[in-house]
Amino acid sequence: MTGTAARADDVWKVYGTEEARVVALRGVSADFARGKFTAIMGPSGSGKSTLMHCLAGLDTVTRGSVHIGGTEVTGLSDKALTRLRRDRVGFIFQQFNLLPTLTAAENIRLPLDIAGKKPDPQWWDTVIGTVGLGDRLDHRPSQLSGGQQQRVACARALMSRPDVIFADEPTGNLDSKAGAEILSFLRSSVMEHGQTIVMVTHDPVAASYTDRVVFLADGSIVSELENPTPETVLEAMKAGEVLV
Amino acid sequence: MLRATLKSLLSRKLRLVLSGLAVVLGVMFVAGAFVTTDTLGRTFDKLFAEGYSQTDVAVMAKPKVAVSEMEGEQVLTPLPASLVDQVAAVPGVAKATGVISDDGARVIGSDGKVVTSYGPPRIGMNWVGTDDLMQMRQGRGPTADNEIAVNEAVAKAAGIKVGDRVGVLTQLPKQTFTLVGVWGYTNDRDSIGGVQEVAFTTAQAQKSMLKQPGVFTQITVQTSSGQEPSLVRDQIAARLGTGYDVKTGEQLAADSSAQFKDALGFFNNILLGFAGVALFVGTFLILNTFSIIVAQRTRELALMRALGAGRRQVIGSVLVEALVIGVIAAVLGLGAGVGVGALLVTLFGSMSGGLDPAPVGVPLAAILSSLIVGILVTVVAAVLPAVRASRISPIAAMQDVATPDRPLTKVTVTGGVIGAAGAALLGVGLYGSGSLWLILAGVLVAFVGVALLTPLISKPVVAGLGRLFSWSVPGRLGRLNSGRNPRRTAITAAALMVGIALVTGVTVVIGSVKQSVAATAEDTVKAEIVIGGDQNGPRPPVFDDAVLAGTARIPGVRAVAGIWNEQVLIDGERSYVTATDDLAKLTEAFGGTSLPALEDDQIAVSTEQATDHGWATGTVVKVQMPRGGEHSYTIVTTYDEEKVPGSIMLPMAATREFGITQPSFGFVRLADGATVAQVLPQVKALVADSPEVNATDRSSFINQQVGTFDTVITMVQVLLGLAILIAVLGVINTLALSVLERTRELGLLRAVGLGRAQTMRMITVEAVVISVFGALLGVVVGSGLGAAVVRALKGEGITQLVLPWSQMGLYLVLAAIVGVLAAVLPSIKAARLNVLAAIAHD
Repeated sequence: MTGTAARADDVWKVYGTEEARVVALRGVSADFARGKFTAIMGPSGSGKSTLMHCLAGLDTVTRGSVHIGGTEVTGLSDKALTRLRRDRVGFIFQQFNLLPTLTAAENIRLPLDIAGKKPDPQWWDTVIGTVGLGDRLDHRPSQLSGGQQQRVACARALMSRPDVIFADEPTGNLDSKAGAEILSFLRSSVMEHGQTIVMVTHDPVAASYTDRVVFLADGSIVSELENPTPETVLEAMKAGEVLV
Repeated sequence: MLRATLKSLLSRKLRLVLSGLAVVLGVMFVAGAFVTTDTLGRTFDKLFAEGYSQTDVAVMAKPKVAVSEMEGEQVLTPLPASLVDQVAAVPGVAKATGVISDDGARVIGSDGKVVTSYGPPRIGMNWVGTDDLMQMRQGRGPTADNEIAVNEAVAKAAGIKVGDRVGVLTQLPKQTFTLVGVWGYTNDRDSIGGVQEVAFTTAQAQKSMLKQPGVFTQITVQTSSGQEPSLVRDQIAARLGTGYDVKTGEQLAADSSAQFKDALGFFNNILLGFAGVALFVGTFLILNTFSIIVAQRTRELALMRALGAGRRQVIGSVLVEALVIGVIAAVLGLGAGVGVGALLVTLFGSMSGGLDPAPVGVPLAAILSSLIVGILVTVVAAVLPAVRASRISPIAAMQDVATPDRPLTKVTVTGGVIGAAGAALLGVGLYGSGSLWLILAGVLVAFVGVALLTPLISKPVVAGLGRLFSWSVPGRLGRLNSGRNPRRTAITAAALMVGIALVTGVTVVIGSVKQSVAATAEDTVKAEIVIGGDQNGPRPPVFDDAVLAGTARIPGVRAVAGIWNEQVLIDGERSYVTATDDLAKLTEAFGGTSLPALEDDQIAVSTEQATDHGWATGTVVKVQMPRGGEHSYTIVTTYDEEKVPGSIMLPMAATREFGITQPSFGFVRLADGATVAQVLPQVKALVADSPEVNATDRSSFINQQVGTFDTVITMVQVLLGLAILIAVLGVINTLALSVLERTRELGLLRAVGLGRAQTMRMITVEAVVISVFGALLGVVVGSGLGAAVVRALKGEGITQLVLPWSQMGLYLVLAAIVGVLAAVLPSIKAARLNVLAAIAHD
């Protein structure tokens, strides 16, 4: 399980034209290793979310290229992008992760259902077991707590064993206990199942669950940190003046 | 607050357009009705004013049986020629002319067919020279009894020219004349208002049109110069005494126009009825739109509440939004209505053949009714959502409220109560008083009741329907979406239900009536051959009564009987009567119990008529004929109404004083062993000179008799199509708003890999489920309503209940197609959503 799960090569992202021009990313290049948990940090407007969206094929890049697994994402048609997202990428958003009309189990199965695939029963049991939702699978999102909803979202992202899971502030809306549960869960899926996860966060504690932190400021990578702890993350943020 | 409302309104242009469109269409019908009636009314004013412009005063005999334009053809009472001199002698009269002018001169065209007329009369007149309006185009007026002149409209329609030998049907059987002249009117017109005119010599006109020498239908008077027509009129009236109508040309024009306007009023009411249906459906649509808008604006409204806006201000804010939409829609609807009116007037003009429509005008009634109806409907429909909006608590601004699923108990109970009330009204209307208003109110209230019950019904039915599509993920998602907000689905479907229920109900009733009539005819008409024709003008098609005698002589014919129809006064009350040449043979042709032939002073009545009027065998009734006098008839027998075509039967002698003295149907019963194939060609040969009618076998006759019902069904379907169109707008609206509301959800689905085509399919399934659900409800409710009406009509001889299965199936299929079409725009919108923007959507 080595190699690159996702890669950005000299990625530029420019919004608007002429005077209203905003440069969100200025030639960002980064590799996200397979089987690693990476955090992208940076203050508001640093481009961290834009980078994640470009990596995930949700947004197009102005210049440069993005790869997921061996596939170049740049220039793919909407159809191909849809397939890519369905089969090879997992998503966890900050909120509104679930369809209110579907039960937890149906939400988890949704990407597989869309692709017309059946979940591998063993993997299903493993994922469900780890997220600890056994007795709540038939509930609808409105009957679940915020933490439980995020766990369903995590299970959904994991179920198709994507090349990479992108998590956008997955604990942003949760209390610290529920947040810690989610982070531990993400951490263990990296450790035990070799899942690749890229997470955008502004929380040093959340970042400390990862293997590596990439700091962004003004659309450029300013520093990196391996095996972070909350303290080292904070220090790095201070040093790089990337305090959020 | 007002500024906030208007800003919020402008930011929702799509919503505004869609919900407004329903009102626009409804108001369009209202305004269209008024504009059409007004313009046609002025057209008739102008037409008759011109038609009577050459007449200062006219004298006519009072009609013996007064019949209005709506009820049939007025039979004119003849005036003796001696009266002309009497009138001429009145001071102030410069010239008095005896004129014959009566409907019923049917020209046979060069193709051998009778020239038809859809509305304007086919006048037979005596030639009294041209007046200021008339212009001779070719030839001259008739001077010999075998000559005629016609107006250009007739010449063109019949394809005839001066010198041709032309067949004309009048009160007499076909006669052939030489066409010696063609005239037109000033300003290059072929006729005035499409009227067909045939001019004979006075003697021939008396013979052909009135079957009586030395009489006229009216005397037209030109007053001496400087004489006021109304004064001359009074003098003539004083001289002649009672029994005559003496009127000025202006009066006549106004009277004739008023009669037509009465008929137009009926037309107006039909249009307004359909406008009512359209607006009723539109109310559902607006109610739904505002409910959704309020649901979506929950946060915004809660924020306003938190910032100190009062409940009344919130209600006001929603109502102002409705008011703005109502005003805009009413104005647009008025504009569209003027267009529709202009279109209808043009259509009417071209159909009636040469009616020159007055310029389209917008009467005050159209403006007022459009504005009032448009605004009222919109605001009333918005009241409920507005009140709901005012109940939003300020705390909702801080919470993340999904559309809450409120329990359906209250709405279901209310629906049950209202539905029961509607059923009760309907029951009383149908079985008790028979009042049309009660029935209409019952139907309306029942619709509201069913609409309120719809959310409850929608749960199992929508789930069931949705299963049809559940084989794919988009299908399943669509199904779940259509079931997630039962109220919204229900109201959207209910709007469609109303239109389809009405169409289905009407189809059930008319279909059942048709089937019953056909069954009765099958049962009673034993005549193997029937002589009769299709209506080709205001008067019924008739034929030479010599055909009856001729047919009787054909070998293999056992019995022949003809019937004549007329309206007479029986003991002062206007009644439809039938006369026959031989009641005994007529009953034979109908295979009922034999009735005796009638003597000239005998009458036969059905048992129903006898019961209604308290008649019995031996009763003497006084019958006033449209021409001629009042005669006494003795009732000699009563009979079962279904056995003979007519409920009051007069002897043939009476037909001499009928308005139309020729028979309209002949029934031929064959002797044993004779075949239709043998006899029919010989009968056909006999009717060759009566081109208005044809001889057909029994089954063609029955089909011909019930054929009109299909036309009525088609007309109702077309008119109710508008209500269905509005309902379709409702489906589009609901979907568009749902797509907007679920933007983030759609973004999520796209993010986890739902393709564009799949997204579109998901929306389409939702639309199809909603519309098929609505159609299903409509078909069920409509069948129920129709069956109830048919059941209530059992006493009237409507014994068959026909459920139009194939049509109902068609409605369901159409509803599915409608769903697919309604989903086009919303699904494209959904598929084009920018995934990122959708996820970030707030």
